[in-house]
Amino acid sequence: MSEVSAKTTTLSDLRRTSSLWSKAAARLRCNRVATAAAGVICVLVVAAITGPLVSPYRVDSLDWEHLAVAPFGSGSHWLGTDRLGRDLFVRICSGLRISLIISLVSTAISLGIGVTWGAVAGYLGGRTDELMMRTVDILYSLPYLFIVIILTTLFERGSLPVLFCAIGAVGWLTTARIVRGQTLSLARREFIEAARATGLSTPAILLRHIIPNLLGPIVAYAALTIPQMILFESFLSFLGLGVQEPLASLGSLINDGAQEMQSAPWILLVPASFLVALLICFNLLGDALSDALDPRDAGGSRE
Amino acid sequence: MLGYALRRIVGVIPTLLIIISASFFIVRLAPGGPFDQEQTLSREVRANLDRVYGLDQPITVQYGRYLNALSHGDFGPSYKQRDFSVNELIAQGLPVSATLGISALLLALGAGIPLGLLAAVRRQTSVDWGITSMVVLGLALPGFVTGPLLALLFGVYLQWLPAGGWEEAAPRYFVLPAVTLAVPVAAYIARLTRSSALEVFRANFIRTARARGLGLRRILWGHALRPTLLPVVSYIGPAAAFVVTGSLVVETVFGLPGTGRYLVQGAINRDYPLVMGMVIIYGTLVLLFNLITDLVYGWLDPRVRHE
Repeated sequence: MSEVSAKTTTLSDLRRTSSLWSKAAARLRCNRVATAAAGVICVLVVAAITGPLVSPYRVDSLDWEHLAVAPFGSGSHWLGTDRLGRDLFVRICSGLRISLIISLVSTAISLGIGVTWGAVAGYLGGRTDELMMRTVDILYSLPYLFIVIILTTLFERGSLPVLFCAIGAVGWLTTARIVRGQTLSLARREFIEAARATGLSTPAILLRHIIPNLLGPIVAYAALTIPQMILFESFLSFLGLGVQEPLASLGSLINDGAQEMQSAPWILLVPASFLVALLICFNLLGDALSDALDPRDAGGSRE
Repeated sequence: MLGYALRRIVGVIPTLLIIISASFFIVRLAPGGPFDQEQTLSREVRANLDRVYGLDQPITVQYGRYLNALSHGDFGPSYKQRDFSVNELIAQGLPVSATLGISALLLALGAGIPLGLLAAVRRQTSVDWGITSMVVLGLALPGFVTGPLLALLFGVYLQWLPAGGWEEAAPRYFVLPAVTLAVPVAAYIARLTRSSALEVFRANFIRTARARGLGLRRILWGHALRPTLLPVVSYIGPAAAFVVTGSLVVETVFGLPGTGRYLVQGAINRDYPLVMGMVIIYGTLVLLFNLITDLVYGWLDPRVRHE
């Protein structure tokens, strides 16, 4: 009963309040797919944090008596073990943890660069804008893998800070384009002119007036950037350029599984289904979020 | 139209030069050289190697030499695969990669457009719902998951197709890699077609056609198809770029002897000319696809030309 009344208050909230954020939150709560996706993401995050603490095994501990056991095959290894007898549940949880950390940090990095770049280019306009956006165009046409591979081989392979920067460095281009487009239209509005007339400096206008007004599209795009970053990280780890042994990431686990798939398919299937679940949920949540923050664009835009 | 085309084509040249120069200096300035891993080399041999490949010269001289050779279509020798020039390596790998990429792109267009149209025509039915869920799944599945799964299903369990490897002139080795590469592109095209078709169906000229009593088939083929496909056409450029980079992982998964592996190998071995050659080829391809897209779009939609 209390649940029903909670729901009606959110619906009436939608009508009463005027804030973009409270409206978006209410709209999101009404979207059942998004709620389910958010729930699954929460479960996965909790598993990533607590899984390795709960389990009696460690990421790199070998169990010689249970080599390549199938899931639910032996009581203590819920998701089975790999060829070396390492517990897959623990490895997947810590892989999830690493994938999530890398994707969050590199999303933050790419948003930081992209928002600054786009807002500055869009606000200053003219020659500066042309030069900055031309740079973005050129970087777009470079094969992104090349940049990442060079950055990861420049420094020692598998070091986490390098991965953050390498993955973050390629993600900012689209953000910069989106933010620039929005800034262009904002910069012509009266309140920006008023701010300029009162003698506010350019950085202050950007920080206090432009960027806060762009938060909606930025948040919506960030939610869609996170799965791309997860994908990127797993992709690099799959190629052997990302996270190195004995640490695991979803990508390196899938790579391990692909080697063994003929004799022990679950070593591939289990991490692959975790990765796919994570990606689908983030994509669904991101789409719902961009719909909620911008109800005009009901189709959900991407890329 | 001609003026627009010329402007676009001339605009590509400085971009290409910047790509070449930027990647030249990034690769060179990275610490470590191509002969660092062979620790048995004596100092004299090392100096000789550097001299033969011109690595003892100042970097600006090397840059000038490289541009000069490149203008004659020469990518230089590979430092690691001693008996091959980069031109030869690319000539070996490119046909495989190109066949893979083109078949994946055709497959994606051939599957994505009809699926998107079907979903739009059968809007808000179980058909639409099924296609939309497939699209969500297809967009979320990365190639390095789809690839091994397809290989497991069709290669190991059903044994219909080879799970990997390569034989000359045997198309069945291409099927699984091309499908793997096509899945996300097809999903995106289907989504694009669906939303574009829904928008077109709401347009006035379609309502007029319906009011005149035309059948669904006539309206779809005669009136709605062309405007529906505009966004799809503009996506072909990015899709081709995606296929070019995506072929890297697919070639790794299925062990195809394409050009993708040269990029990774070359970067790890600091094989400068090989990496440079690959970057130039990939960069040019991506620029070319974007250029073609712009030109086709300008031809389809005159408003674009007069910007």
